[in-house]
Order: sequence, then structure tokens, then C-alpha cells
Amino acid sequence: MKCLSTKATSIKPSGIRKFFDLASTMEGVISLGVGEPDFATPWHICENAIHYMSTGHTHYTANRGLLELREEICKFHKEHYNQVYDPENEVIVTIGGSEAIDLCMRALLNPGDEVIVLDPNYVAYAPSVILSDGVVVPLKLKEENDFKILPEDLKKVITPKTKAMIINYPSNPTGGVMTKEDYAKIIDIIKESGIYVISDEIYAELSFDQPFASLAQFDEIKSQIIVVNGFSKAYAMTGWRLGYCMANKELSSVMNKIHQYVIMSAPVMSQYAGIEAIKNGYDDVLMMKEDYLKRRNFLVNRLNRMGLKTNMPHGTFYVFCNIQSTGLDSETFCERLLQEQKVACVPGNAFGDSGEGYVRISYAYSIDHIKEAIVRLEQFLKDLEN
Amino acid sequence: MNQSLILDLLENNARLSSQDLADILNDDEASIKSEIQSLEKNKIICGYHTIINYNKALKDQKVLAYIEVSCTPTRNRGYDKTAALIANYPEVDTMYLLSGDCDFLCLVQGKTMFEVARFVSDKIACVEDVRSTKTLFVLKQYKQSGIVMIDKPEDKESRLVVTP
Repeated sequence: MKCLSTKATSIKPSGIRKFFDLASTMEGVISLGVGEPDFATPWHICENAIHYMSTGHTHYTANRGLLELREEICKFHKEHYNQVYDPENEVIVTIGGSEAIDLCMRALLNPGDEVIVLDPNYVAYAPSVILSDGVVVPLKLKEENDFKILPEDLKKVITPKTKAMIINYPSNPTGGVMTKEDYAKIIDIIKESGIYVISDEIYAELSFDQPFASLAQFDEIKSQIIVVNGFSKAYAMTGWRLGYCMANKELSSVMNKIHQYVIMSAPVMSQYAGIEAIKNGYDDVLMMKEDYLKRRNFLVNRLNRMGLKTNMPHGTFYVFCNIQSTGLDSETFCERLLQEQKVACVPGNAFGDSGEGYVRISYAYSIDHIKEAIVRLEQFLKDLEN
Repeated sequence: MNQSLILDLLENNARLSSQDLADILNDDEASIKSEIQSLEKNKIICGYHTIINYNKALKDQKVLAYIEVSCTPTRNRGYDKTAALIANYPEVDTMYLLSGDCDFLCLVQGKTMFEVARFVSDKIACVEDVRSTKTLFVLKQYKQSGIVMIDKPEDKESRLVVTP
């Protein structure tokens, strides 16, 4: 047989995969490793999808998605985030935020173009750059800066070849956020360099201690920003695979060209669920957010008491916990924790080299579940000391 | 005030310790403890119960019945006094004054249907001012205190163990 694509085969498998394989063969594992809400999708949202399915709405939709859904998305973003987009020409409903990110890369990159990728950050960004023949340029983030982007660090990584930067705040895996003031400091750099910024805002609603801020709120650079968002985290709808991207008309139409050939349209039943979610689901969002907040406090206070110094993260449902005091590297820590106490977390280096010395602990679990895991984690730390 | 936050948390999970509550509310344990003590003292927290699915606990099956009670309050005895005469029976688990056709609604527990029937006819029906009763036996319970008791085919964790 002929050989496979060099580009595809050379991409290294996700570090998360390894832990998944290990953990799923073991009995009695208690996990703090998931990247999705534990809540079931609110019933009224499911019911709307069922209603439309049972009345025969099971066909393709417009490539960009149902107009009603796009209109509701734009209305929501204007009201909640002060982001203004045109539902007819600037929005595409995609199969999760993941497709939207892939579309961005394909629409923007020529071979050799550089894309700044935060380190640590979500695992799929770098591969999507590589698959579109781009070159990944890491921007290292530090715990002492709460994993924020600092203007001086950003300046250092921009070159004439830089085409775009991809960011994700509130951040998976760090739980870090960028406030409006933080963004204000990098606006000039972005404007001057003319680079695009793909802003993955999937955790926007899980912004705890300050209002959510976005680069798309700054008019002077708005045309350079692509907002990626979706229903997965806010409405507990990961399995519905429903996301969207918003960008200037010209870019959006190029992205839509790719989308229409590769995908046609996002699943229609998910789109009907999305309409119900965005129109009538905000109370559910707030209820879940309130619960995440309780769990965050519970987890972080416990971690600090057992000696794992952890700053209170301001968003998402992750704690990026510094484990350097144990003397173990991330992978060894996670492997031993899994083998000795059957608790699964994700090693920080799965999210980039700068994640070494950290583990990502998810608190998308009930308090009782977290409590049980914490007891085991504490035992693990005690055993390490002896 | 932490009071309503504490009540919210305990209402959903009475097994949270005061240290747990302190962690969740970012407060110190001592102040949570004293808050709970005052809630108990003032009978705002009236007890800590367990929600049991008796459909499944076959050995200690209970009979539950809702009793609609109508009464004619007299000059010296308003609803509250008659209510106290009924509510003090330990067989009465829960009791309300309602708008509508009947006056009181009582949830009564017993070991057998016969036991409940006898309690209604011998005790509640004979309380002064009670005019009539109507007994509605519970056949099956589907939900209590926000907890759905219908078994789903898979009640296990449906998420993968580790995901990005």
C-alpha cells in the first residue's frame, strides 16, 4: 500500500489520550479529568429537539444554519457581551467550536504562515494550525501573571510572518481570564501588526469574579477578531456538537465556502435545541454557574489546606494546580496518582511545554465526588512524603 | 448574610460538614458552626432527614395516604387549633391548610392499609369540628424533594473518564 499523509501522521497524539487509555482499563477510578459539564442538558432544550424531530424537521438547513438561530445568537451576543454581528453575513453555525477553529485556520493560512498559540492551552489548536500548513509559535504564559497575555511577551513573538493568534479565555486548562483592562494593553499591538485573533470564547459564561471581556468589544480591531463560541459548556450540550463563529463579512464568506463543501450544515435537531437554549435557557446557565462556583471554592480551599498552593481561578471549571513541591513531573504525578489512588487528572504538559509542573483538575463533578477524590489525593500526598 | 446560602446547600445535601460549608462559602468553620446552631435554635432548620425510595426498600414497606380533611371552625377554635389536634399525631407526616374544596391535607404513614384506614376513622374523623375526610392511598411514588425515583436504564456516569 502507498504511504499515508506525512503531515497527518507526524502530528503527535494528544497526551490526554494516553491517560484515557490507562484510566478506562482500570476499575473503580474516580475521575477529575473531564472537560465537560456533569449536568444533563436542561429538559426543555431536549424537548424542543424532540418536538422538531417528531414533526419531520430532519433535513439540511441553510449552510450558515437556521436563520432564527443566527438571529438569536446575534441578539444574545449584543445583549450580554456587547458584540455586534450581522446574522445574515457574519455568522456560521458549526459542528461545535472545533469545526469553527478548523475553518478559521483553513480560511486564513498560507503555507508557512505563523500562528501564535498560547502555552499552555487547549490541545486542539496546534494540530489545527499544522493541518492547515501553518507554523505554531508558542507564547508562554506564567502562573505568576495568572496565565494572562502580557504586551511585552506578545511583542516578542510577532514576526512579519505572523498571520494570526489563537486565544481562549476563560482558559482551558488554566482557569485564567483576561479582563477588559488586560485586553486594552494589547489592542495597539494587534492593530499595528494587522494579525487576526481567533478568540475561542466557549467558557464565556463561566467567568466568575468579573464580567466577561472580549477583544471583539474593541471597535478599532473588531474586523481582525474571529469569535468562536458554542453551546457545549454554558448549556451542558457537549454531545450536541453545536458551535458558531462570528467574523467580518469577507472572512466569514470564505469560511462558509469551506463549511458548505465539507459539512453542508450543522445537525438540524441540534440547531433547534440551540434556539430553545439561547432563547429560554439563561436561568439554567446561571444555576449551573452558581454550582461551579461552590465547587471551585470547595476544591481550591481543600487543595491549599493539603499543601498544594493554588490561586483561585476566575473562570471555566478547571484548576491548574502547581505540583512542583512534590518533586514529581506532571506525567509521573498523574500516573502514580492513578495507579496508587485511582484518581484521574490530566498532566499539565498535555497542554504545552509550559504546563510541565502542573496538573489540570476539573471540578465538573458533584461536591460528594470531589470530596472522595480529594481524600484520595491527600492520601497520595501523604504517601509521597513517607 | 450566609444564612440563606447555608440553607440552600443543606437543603440539597444535609451531609455537608461545617468544614465543607466553610470551604464552599469561603468562610471559616467557626462562624459557619455558630450560624448553623442559631438556625437550629430558631427552628429554621427543623431536622436532617434522608430521602428513601420505598419502592425499592422492600423489607420495610410503608403505606402512604393523603387525607383530605374538611372541618367547620367554631367560634372558639379556628383552623390552627383544630390543625394542632391532628398534627400532633405521629402518624401524620406532613400537613397543610389548603385553598379549595377541603381544608387540610395530611400525609399519613402506616404499615398497612388497614392501619391507615383505622387511624383515619378512629382518630382524625373524631377530632372536634372535623366534618368529613377523604383518603387517597399512594400507589407509587415517582419523585420526592426534587429527586426523580424512576430507574433509568443507565444511571451511571455517561461521560468518558478523561476528555480534553
